[in-house]
Amino acid sequence: MMNNTVIKVENLSKRYRIGAKEAGYRTFREAIIDAITAPVRNLSKLKKLTKFKDNEVARDEDDTIWALNNVSFEVNKGDVLGVIGRNGAGKSTLLKIFSRITEPTTGFAEIHGRLSSLLEVGTGFHPELTGRENILLNGAILGMRKKEIEEKFDEIVKFSEIKKFLDTPVKRYSSGMYMRLAFSVAAHLEPEILLIDEVLAVGDVPFQKKCLGKMGDIAKGGRTVLFVSHNMQAIQKLCTRVIILHEGKMLMDGPPDKVVSKYLGEGMGLKDEEIWQNIDSAPGDNVVRLTAARVLDQNEKKCANFDVRDSVSVEVEYNVLEGGHRLHTHFSFFNEMGHVIFVSKDNLDSSWRDTVYPTGHYRAVCRVPGDFLNEGEISVYCAITTVGARNLGHVSKQDLVIFKVADRMDLSGVRGNYPLGWDSGGVRPRLSWTVEKASPSSVIPAEAGICGYEEKERG
Amino acid sequence: MKKTSVSTHKITIQAQKGWRLIDFEELKQYRDLFYFLVSRDIKVKYKQTVLGGLWAVIQPFFAMLVFSLFFGKLAKMPSDGIPYPIFSYTAMVAWIYFAGSISSAGNSLIGESNLISKIYFPRLIIPLSPVLAGLLDFTIAFMVLIGMMFYFHIHPTIMILFVPFLVVLMMLTASGVGMFLAALNAKYRDIRYTIPFIVQLWMFASPIVYPASMIPEKYRLVYALNPMVGVIEGFRSALLGTVSFPARMILISTLVSAILFVMGAFYFKQMERHFADII
Repeated sequence: MMNNTVIKVENLSKRYRIGAKEAGYRTFREAIIDAITAPVRNLSKLKKLTKFKDNEVARDEDDTIWALNNVSFEVNKGDVLGVIGRNGAGKSTLLKIFSRITEPTTGFAEIHGRLSSLLEVGTGFHPELTGRENILLNGAILGMRKKEIEEKFDEIVKFSEIKKFLDTPVKRYSSGMYMRLAFSVAAHLEPEILLIDEVLAVGDVPFQKKCLGKMGDIAKGGRTVLFVSHNMQAIQKLCTRVIILHEGKMLMDGPPDKVVSKYLGEGMGLKDEEIWQNIDSAPGDNVVRLTAARVLDQNEKKCANFDVRDSVSVEVEYNVLEGGHRLHTHFSFFNEMGHVIFVSKDNLDSSWRDTVYPTGHYRAVCRVPGDFLNEGEISVYCAITTVGARNLGHVSKQDLVIFKVADRMDLSGVRGNYPLGWDSGGVRPRLSWTVEKASPSSVIPAEAGICGYEEKERG
Repeated sequence: MKKTSVSTHKITIQAQKGWRLIDFEELKQYRDLFYFLVSRDIKVKYKQTVLGGLWAVIQPFFAMLVFSLFFGKLAKMPSDGIPYPIFSYTAMVAWIYFAGSISSAGNSLIGESNLISKIYFPRLIIPLSPVLAGLLDFTIAFMVLIGMMFYFHIHPTIMILFVPFLVVLMMLTASGVGMFLAALNAKYRDIRYTIPFIVQLWMFASPIVYPASMIPEKYRLVYALNPMVGVIEGFRSALLGTVSFPARMILISTLVSAILFVMGAFYFKQMERHFADII
């Protein structure tokens, strides 16, 4: 073939409308008036959902975001292209546009060949239907013809290892069986171009390995694959080329080793501090606005690269511009996969708990102990809200700070001398273990009540 | 062989402007998916129920009992000279299909939001599949109607030949209204709460508990602007021989139904591009 380009993307942009902030209620009277006038406001809000004025294409409006912004690239036949970037970088939007789920706002993409997309395994599975019925339905949803599915039926069943439960409604399946069946159907797609989003982030480790293996086969089979993932190992193993998306723009395009190591190693996008000089454009509203955020080590020094043993302090400074609110600050910690590891709130400090904040400048610090976080990149989301009859968000800031936690290979870390990968689990706490030689009949008596707490009434 | 298919299969993705028509070629390509979704709707409907397909009969049957008691016996509603039970049952068979179809179709997009945001396929399949799936229940209830005709010794007229046409008219109306409600519902969730209300009002605007002959002659053609009037009166005339075949009313109902279908499809296609973003 003369022309090897199977996907051509030119100036692709996609804009979404995000909800604009709502003002809070002051008085009962205002609340009533607000409720009465709500339909008018709601109607104009809903109408705007699908309408962008042409002159608005001339960029920013405060309640819209550009999920993709002038992205152009080409994909050749046989390329296995990895797409990486942090949450909200536009990766999923890109795949959604390719799979024709949503339309771009401007620009275009040209696709030569039969394309299938796997944005999720098990899409369209119906819990009431049996495994057999779901294979047929799901296959058709993924774009297979009835004849094609029937031909591959036995193969799919064999791969999924659920032959015994083929005529059981899938709602009675364990989640593992469900995933296996779902993936098996997807794995037997034979498109010329395959789009995969994060499907490997599901299931247990052996199952993920099996999926990775199958992906490898697909990639080696000369098919063109677009692969979006946070799993750098998988990206490096499978892809022949990688691009980085950042805030809707393409930052880098090149061979996997180079791009991934830039993304990870150089700590691209790591952020140990952000200061908002101009209070009017800082995250927040007319009640609270952020002024600074940083991540600090034990010595109160700014730091973005931590040892697993180190404690990490996340600090946010904000100005309260309008007094009279019971404010709550909360941090959510996300790992590279975009999963929440844990959430913590400032009400653990009793001095300002349930207190009405007067105007002024505040600092809130959250200390995460050492030997607790797992390795990888961690991004902190910060929200400041008023808690009351109606929760009211003032600040909602993604990627407040982003830092990296690295592993140690000597005996001093949690890993000890364990040499292999340790990529599962959100946290890696240092727990206490004892191993001893035990006599065969050592029975430990059970205690009534909650273990470790003595019942007070007893005495 | 594969190579040729590569070069022929090309898609350009960009923002589309202007009106869009139904892409029948594409619908044909996805006919297997259409088939599986319809069969899923049928299979799932009576899963884990005791009475199963009997529900298809129970609904119109009980409506018939209640109507016969209150409207037939107590209110002495005229029924064009045939027993009130079969008079109202005939209408209920068509009405329950119609009401069920427009409410399932109207809520269908929201119910399938997961599919819509993850996979591409012609979205029209979603509201159309309950309209097709409902035909099974309709057929079962219709069989019971035939049984009742034997019981009441009622002979159909020659116009029974038009029954297939009336069924198509009924489906056309249900599809048109269903597509319109589904698309509107995707954006304005108010529709979800409006549908039961629409169904109720529409039922009283159709000749179900009363005969169309109760409407003064001069208003009858205006009355037939409601497409279900043509369908139900057509059924009664063809199967029960209530009145002479209301050809003019059916003609008007057909025109309105066709307009509803085209408008529903246009509106749906117009909104389709936004479904994944707003649902």
